[in-house]
Amino acid sequence: MKRVAALVAVLALAGAVTWLVWPSAPPSRGVDQRIVVIDGPADNQRVGLDTTFFPPAGGGKAPAVLLAHGFGGSKESVRQQAAQLAQDGYAVLTWSARGFGRSSGEIALNSADYEVKDVKQLIDWLATRPEVRLDAAGDPRVGIAGGSYGGAIALMTAAYDTRVDAIVPQITWADLADSLFPDASGQGPANGVFKRMWAGYFFGRGAPVQSQGLQGLGSLSQQPAPLTAEQVRCGRFTPAVCDMYQQVARTGRATPEAIALLGKSSPVAVAGRIKAPTLLIQGQRDSLFPLAQADANAKAIAAAGTPVSLAWFDGGHDGGNGEVDWLYEQTADWFGHYLKEDGSPVAKPFTVTRDGGRDPGTRQRIRLHPESGAYPGLGGTATTTITLNGPEQNVANPPGGSPAAISTVPGVNGLLGGGGGGATNLSVGLDMPGQAATFESAPLTAPLQLTGSSSVRLRVYGEGQVTLFAKLYDVADTAQPPSLPAGLVAPLRVTIPEGAGSVDATVTLPTVDFAFAAGHRVRLAVSTTDMAYATPTEPASYRIGLASPALTVPTVAALEAPATGIDWWVWAMPLASIVVAGVILATGRKPSRRRPGPLRRLTAREESAVRESVPAGEEARTGATVRAGHATVQDDRIALGEVSTPDDLSTLGEMSALNDLAALDGLDSPREAEVMDIGAAPAGRRNGRAAGSDPDTAPAADDVLPLEIAGLTKAYRNGELAVDDLSFRVERGQVLGLLGPNGAGKTTTMRMMMGLIQPDAGEVRIFGDQVTPGAPVLSRLGSFVEGPGFLPHLSGRDNIELYWAATGRPMEDARFEEALEIAGLGKALERAVRTYSQGMRQRLAIAQAMLGLPDLLVLDEPTNGLDPPQIREMREVLKRYARDGRTVIVSSHLLAEVEQTCSHVVVMHRGRLVSAGPVSVLLSGAAANGHGPRLEDVFIDLIGQTP
Amino acid sequence: MTAATGYAPRRTLPLRVEIVRQFKRRRTLVMFGLLLALPWILVIAFQFGPQSNSNGQAALRISDLATAGGLNFAAFALSVSANFLLVVAVALFCGDTVASEASWSSLRYLLAAPVPRDRLLRQKLVVALGYSAAAVICLPLMALLAGTLAFGWHDIQVPGTGETIAALDVLPRFGIVIAYAMVSQLVTAALAFLISTLTDSPLGAVGGAVGLWIVSTILQAVEALGSLREFLPTFWNTAWLDAIAPEMDFSGMIKGASVSVTYAAILIAVAFRRFRRKDVVS
Repeated sequence: MKRVAALVAVLALAGAVTWLVWPSAPPSRGVDQRIVVIDGPADNQRVGLDTTFFPPAGGGKAPAVLLAHGFGGSKESVRQQAAQLAQDGYAVLTWSARGFGRSSGEIALNSADYEVKDVKQLIDWLATRPEVRLDAAGDPRVGIAGGSYGGAIALMTAAYDTRVDAIVPQITWADLADSLFPDASGQGPANGVFKRMWAGYFFGRGAPVQSQGLQGLGSLSQQPAPLTAEQVRCGRFTPAVCDMYQQVARTGRATPEAIALLGKSSPVAVAGRIKAPTLLIQGQRDSLFPLAQADANAKAIAAAGTPVSLAWFDGGHDGGNGEVDWLYEQTADWFGHYLKEDGSPVAKPFTVTRDGGRDPGTRQRIRLHPESGAYPGLGGTATTTITLNGPEQNVANPPGGSPAAISTVPGVNGLLGGGGGGATNLSVGLDMPGQAATFESAPLTAPLQLTGSSSVRLRVYGEGQVTLFAKLYDVADTAQPPSLPAGLVAPLRVTIPEGAGSVDATVTLPTVDFAFAAGHRVRLAVSTTDMAYATPTEPASYRIGLASPALTVPTVAALEAPATGIDWWVWAMPLASIVVAGVILATGRKPSRRRPGPLRRLTAREESAVRESVPAGEEARTGATVRAGHATVQDDRIALGEVSTPDDLSTLGEMSALNDLAALDGLDSPREAEVMDIGAAPAGRRNGRAAGSDPDTAPAADDVLPLEIAGLTKAYRNGELAVDDLSFRVERGQVLGLLGPNGAGKTTTMRMMMGLIQPDAGEVRIFGDQVTPGAPVLSRLGSFVEGPGFLPHLSGRDNIELYWAATGRPMEDARFEEALEIAGLGKALERAVRTYSQGMRQRLAIAQAMLGLPDLLVLDEPTNGLDPPQIREMREVLKRYARDGRTVIVSSHLLAEVEQTCSHVVVMHRGRLVSAGPVSVLLSGAAANGHGPRLEDVFIDLIGQTP
Repeated sequence: MTAATGYAPRRTLPLRVEIVRQFKRRRTLVMFGLLLALPWILVIAFQFGPQSNSNGQAALRISDLATAGGLNFAAFALSVSANFLLVVAVALFCGDTVASEASWSSLRYLLAAPVPRDRLLRQKLVVALGYSAAAVICLPLMALLAGTLAFGWHDIQVPGTGETIAALDVLPRFGIVIAYAMVSQLVTAALAFLISTLTDSPLGAVGGAVGLWIVSTILQAVEALGSLREFLPTFWNTAWLDAIAPEMDFSGMIKGASVSVTYAAILIAVAFRRFRRKDVVS
């Protein structure tokens, strides 16, 4: 059996592990293929492209997606994304562009003559695939997605090939010349400042491949193969590109030839031809292809009436979060809408990723994506003017251009994974002393959300050409250094006319989405150097001032983050839970009585047994006490003194017992005499009590029994009956002994008297009131059941006093002194109860039970742990107590004790009543049977066990 | 109704009595002693610990800013204790209250006094919540005092950004922080209380509540659960940090309070229902 269980457990575990480890569906592996294309200006160059085709996961004919990789990468860089798209039901083709990975050919920077022609032939190839859905013969349904270098090929191909149906270019350029030679004064790349570090970084990434197939760090440990002179000079670039780079990198100036060559690789000139709906995703942290590049593309594409959406996400060539999942979602939706036409929601014309603070749960940064129904451009939908202050300041260009200010170090942020720790677009800029002029606003009175390119008019004094870098800082008056939004700078080159001495220039500052908090200041810094750019080596000094103090800041009101409001569950859930709580409480309101009357009905057999066992006269008498509605109870009820037998005497197994009990039957008169005797007591007792006692505390009428138990039944959880159809009555003034062997159900009965346990059937009535949990009549019951219950850390006196305080009754009713006298603890009363001996606790507990002199006192084994003198004393206390007209119920094992203390006994066995009656009657009955007149013998007789 | 003279269910187990009954317990006193001593221990730790020399960068974590002033110190003390110490304290006060009576056997005498069961639970819950609230309040207040004496009364520096907020502006916010800390502990309180009514073992009740709390914290780290985690009772536990950010943001605290109240209401209702029907056999 154990082995089977172990086997099942092992199998279950193995199954669970397999289920967890098993991929949800086998990812599309992809088919590698070498596709030969012909390109070049004269269509005479053969290039072998290394491709991988991922058939759609669902089978059938699906739209195709061409996934292009970034500069320096290969088809392997996009494998994961390709597999995911294939999983989503696209036929995906990835390829290493010419000059990258294992493809042959040279890098021509997405030239219309080279790479574009390659991709057109890849589309031809797709049109032949059986997995690809066709719009027309030779015209597959196809989209192109890719980042950076891959984004540009998407734009270029869409411009040159009308078969392209949708494109998602990311972090790419519009005008390569403008990107590498930016000029914030708006005079074009010919006047631009060379983006030296980025250009060098990328030219380096086009270096010859050292060892085929090895990527990353592995290649560093390889012995490099010897390279030819041409290879080391130009890497895998075409000679034209190589020559161009050699020249511009040396001079730092864009020649017309360079601009023309780069223009061939720039989508902006041909973007007007794009008919494919375009989702442009541009990074906010991108000093290589800043947001302005996407702006140029968007405007050119939109001018032709093609749908175009623009998203500024938290990422770019300088790092940032990257938002990989969000980008994939946007891409998938765009293709879903335009390729699959599955009704996917399509991105709004303009979306910006903003910092949403920290998630209160995870403390992770969260991003919001406010949208706008129209693309506002870089000028915003409205502008705010901020007044800048600052005198004209002298600045110097250091000889050799060093040390230079630092804004962004190309490649480094990306390498380090991007400023993951900080807020979305915070960056620290570093200006060298003496190289920067600064102009500051007053602290902002309201938060300012800048979305687009601010502009300002500068005046520059000096002579000749002046290269400057303008940047906008966010200055907080704290220990925090000023932050440079997205680490972006606007380089500009102005030429001061001969003899003029100064020139004014309007500077377009970097495009950012940035929130200036209220109380912060806006600082414009104009420096002479920046590490990322080529700056003049000649030392020079200039003076810089503001031509106009106004800084024009664009804002886009439509982008104000939509008021998300409070999630519906935030208010609905507590309300619902309170309703549920109310229902839980309301349905549990009346648990005490499951059925109004006593439950236990006698079976026919039992009933006849009763009739047989109870003599006719007896039956007639009990019948007389029947009350309406309680017939079955009354039938079963056994009044003390009428010592009667319960229904099933066969359990006793001894007819002699029956005879004994039957012999006791005629003993009404002694009982009545005794009751009469006790009944005389109340008058005297009342005299003895404090004046002003409510007469209500004394039994109101003689017919109200202190305790009446009828048909009481309680089952253990296992169904065994702890108390089985128990019925008896206790009259005033009696000291009743509750006898029975262990497990007879005495304690359970007492607990039911106290309302601690709910009977399964039957009822307990105290002074006529049915006992339910917390029934007020319990206040007339004093109890000591199953040992004392004190707070061990409190003194005996505190325990007693706090217990009385917990009853809420007046202090003067407690009769502390009388009760404590019984306890007889003396000075020990002031000690913590945890230091007490068992006997001390016992006495204290009995004293507690007697507090307020209850009309009914229930004591469970009261003499346990007491020494003989104390037992004797206790006996006297109980007798005296009952003599005052109160009633005492005592359970005990010490039969001799019961014999001396009690006036009446009830004997229980296995939950059932075995016998009940005055002690004297029981003893005399036993004597009649020939035994000695000891209760012990009677008891053992009754429970059917021979010693 | 034949009740004893002067007996009225509404007067049974007055709060004053229950407060006294619980207060003299060693457990209560030790817990308060610990909560009140902790700030001083932290102060000593900061005084004697090696002085951090990286004053410029990366010194914007809440622990690095702890010595910036009394307010910062109090925020730090709350942040290090809210995740476990206060949970244990609250679980102790609420989980111990009924179960310990059961284990002392005093519960049956209270019930036979008779204190009606609903009333007994209500009074005990009120007192236990009162002690819990006192625990949650006394720690940051003592930390504020200790921090102010040790590090001076300065404006608070916001962790993460290093911005400062004027000390007087932040004081009412500190009230919000403490109030939220209390509300977010409601779940622990209710859970411990429910277990307390089900078991006779006080430590079982406390341990059970803390254990479930730990499970919830672990589940919270399972990213795969996604937004389901928002409904874990521990998820919004640190949302009070938003109250001492430069821009107050209540959304997290509102969500946290909502989740907390939801769980607490149901757990407490179940506790009452179970206890009402329960056979007290201890």
